[in-house]
Amino acid sequence: MSDPAAVSEREQKILGIIETARAKRAKFRDQRINMSHGAGGKATQGLIEGLLAPAFASDALDELADAGAVEVDGLELALTTDSYVVRPMRFPGGSIGELAVNGTVNDLAVSGARPLALSLSQILEEGLGAEDLKAEVEAIARAARAAGVEIITGDTKVVERGHADGMYVCTTGIGRRDPRARLSPAALKPGDRILLSGSIGEHGTAIMLARGEFELDAEIESDTRCLWPVVDALLEAAGPDLRCLRDATRGGVASVLNELARASSVAMIVREREVPVRPEVSGAAELLGIDPMYIANEGKLVAFVAAEAAGRALEALRSVPGCEQAAEIGEVRTEPPGMVLVETSFGGKRVMDQLVGDPLPRIC
Amino acid sequence: MKFVDEFRDAELGRAVAMEIMSLVEPGRHYKLMEVCGGHTHSIYKYGIDDLLPANVELVHGPGCPVCVIPMGRVDDGIAIAHRDGVIFTCFGDMMRVPGSNGSLLDAKAAGADIRMVYSPLDALRIAKQNPDREVVFFAIGFETTAPSTALTLKRARAERLTNFSVMCSHVTIVPPLRALLESPDLRLDGFIGPGHVSTVVGARPFQFIPADYGRPVVIAGFEPLDILQAIEMILRQLAAGRCEVENQYKRVVPYEGNLRALEVMAEVFELRPHFEWRGLGFISHSGLKLSHSYADLDAEVRFSVPGVRVADPKACQCGEVLKGVIKPWECKVFGTACTPERPIGTCMVSSEGACAAYYNFGRFAREREVV
Repeated sequence: MSDPAAVSEREQKILGIIETARAKRAKFRDQRINMSHGAGGKATQGLIEGLLAPAFASDALDELADAGAVEVDGLELALTTDSYVVRPMRFPGGSIGELAVNGTVNDLAVSGARPLALSLSQILEEGLGAEDLKAEVEAIARAARAAGVEIITGDTKVVERGHADGMYVCTTGIGRRDPRARLSPAALKPGDRILLSGSIGEHGTAIMLARGEFELDAEIESDTRCLWPVVDALLEAAGPDLRCLRDATRGGVASVLNELARASSVAMIVREREVPVRPEVSGAAELLGIDPMYIANEGKLVAFVAAEAAGRALEALRSVPGCEQAAEIGEVRTEPPGMVLVETSFGGKRVMDQLVGDPLPRIC
Repeated sequence: MKFVDEFRDAELGRAVAMEIMSLVEPGRHYKLMEVCGGHTHSIYKYGIDDLLPANVELVHGPGCPVCVIPMGRVDDGIAIAHRDGVIFTCFGDMMRVPGSNGSLLDAKAAGADIRMVYSPLDALRIAKQNPDREVVFFAIGFETTAPSTALTLKRARAERLTNFSVMCSHVTIVPPLRALLESPDLRLDGFIGPGHVSTVVGARPFQFIPADYGRPVVIAGFEPLDILQAIEMILRQLAAGRCEVENQYKRVVPYEGNLRALEVMAEVFELRPHFEWRGLGFISHSGLKLSHSYADLDAEVRFSVPGVRVADPKACQCGEVLKGVIKPWECKVFGTACTPERPIGTCMVSSEGACAAYYNFGRFAREREVV
């Protein structure tokens, strides 16, 4: 090898190239859509940042938040939409109908907006049993009541057998932005604390087991729930010290942290031992070689709070029924921007990168 | 989890790390190769690198069965998958490995019926459920997974299934190790032996490494304490001037291996004269194919495959990275033409590959202190 000084200079240069490449907007260069475009990882990001956001250029969209902000005559509203294609339709702890309400309501909630009303579009497959449909309609009504939102408009389409898997549901939600805080993915600051509202990985694991492909049995239920009461408690306790909230759905907590580290150009460090995971979930994840940090949740949020308000916020979180396990799992740092590091329970460190592949399609 | 957490105890880990620190000769640089991809995975998962002094460097070996499959074979698999009536099954990690014109995942998006399975028996089940379709299993892996493919083939034979076949890309561990050791520019001080492979082949096949090449081997388990202890055992050998095969993974690996598994393999497979490895080129007697008596279940016999050899891109220096001759970033295409999203060589394909790991983690690895 040549002169060591020149070598290290070259290494620096290459690391510089990598960092520039990482910070760039993802491109969409694929020939076709494959399952990983729907997985919430790098391919999804390429699709959104490389194709969709540039095509519909708008400030609200550019923020890539869970809901878009609209102002109507001084009234601050948030709008969001989501489609649900989960297989199987019913699983321990919930069903597609319940998800379709909670998922959309949660996207509003974590944007700091009180959910007000939903639209409901259904795509039904020819041959779907009336009893199955009735059960889902009832589940939708129940979940809407629980979340305090009304379903005020809707649409139904039917496609030939084989062109949909039972039923697909799309809901759009409108909410009123809460004045107690201005949340933004770009608002994180070094020193902020990362809070998690409870144990992770339950929804994804429940679906995985419900499909019966692994012949594993465990008492794991989806965690699907409305997160507005959780958000409400956080807003009350931390107000403007609350920087950003995200529900950790597809791609799990790891994907949320990576997206926000990029959006705010900050680093994050997560202490693995502080992350609550139920033993049934960690056991199944271990067997299947999946990290619970990447498994989908449907009722857990990650909150970024200024350090001075973290204690209050955590206390408020834990006071919400179902969030007793809430924990502070790490903090925001300066270097290296855009990266998430994990302090492993064993005492080492590693990078927790964005998901590349697709551990499990059609999870929600 | 009981019987698992005990091997992940952070305090014990620190104690072993201290022990390692005391065995390291100041100023000496140690390069140890962990042969198995499973070890690489654990090393990253638990951040084991981080507990080692900077002059103990772990070099990721050729033991990631997914990464070593050459482009030509991925192309062959895709060609079979695209045939009418075929259901092509493979392990999930194989789906992303690039061929010369896209991966199996891309082929799936283009219309091929490609399904992910967790075991060859799942593929057999799919064959039974779809009697009018041809079901092909893309078998990959070292001696660890080969016995399960062999048993599946025996079952297919016993059940007289005619619509099931296997595209066999199983490889064996000793020939690539020998190829690495034969290399005149090799710079490795010792080997962390592959625990899973050894449960099947035993410890004996690795005797040639100390005997012929003067490098110590410690067969290790996959929990973080296993790996740390194995490193400590290698350093202890080096410090004492000893050089032998030791077995850290005695709770699982018997010296003689699993005779029953070896028997089944011998019945179902035979050695190919040579097999191509991504990044390492052709290595004699390093791959398995179905034996003569199982030829009717051999997908490569049943379907004619292009069998075109696709050369590794010229600029790719995976071979030298694997031998520890150069560091990932010293490769001409590292980080520019070759990235985890668009990998060229084997070391960038899987997140466990040396280059992908360095791409993601490089700048932190250098923060460690040199003893």
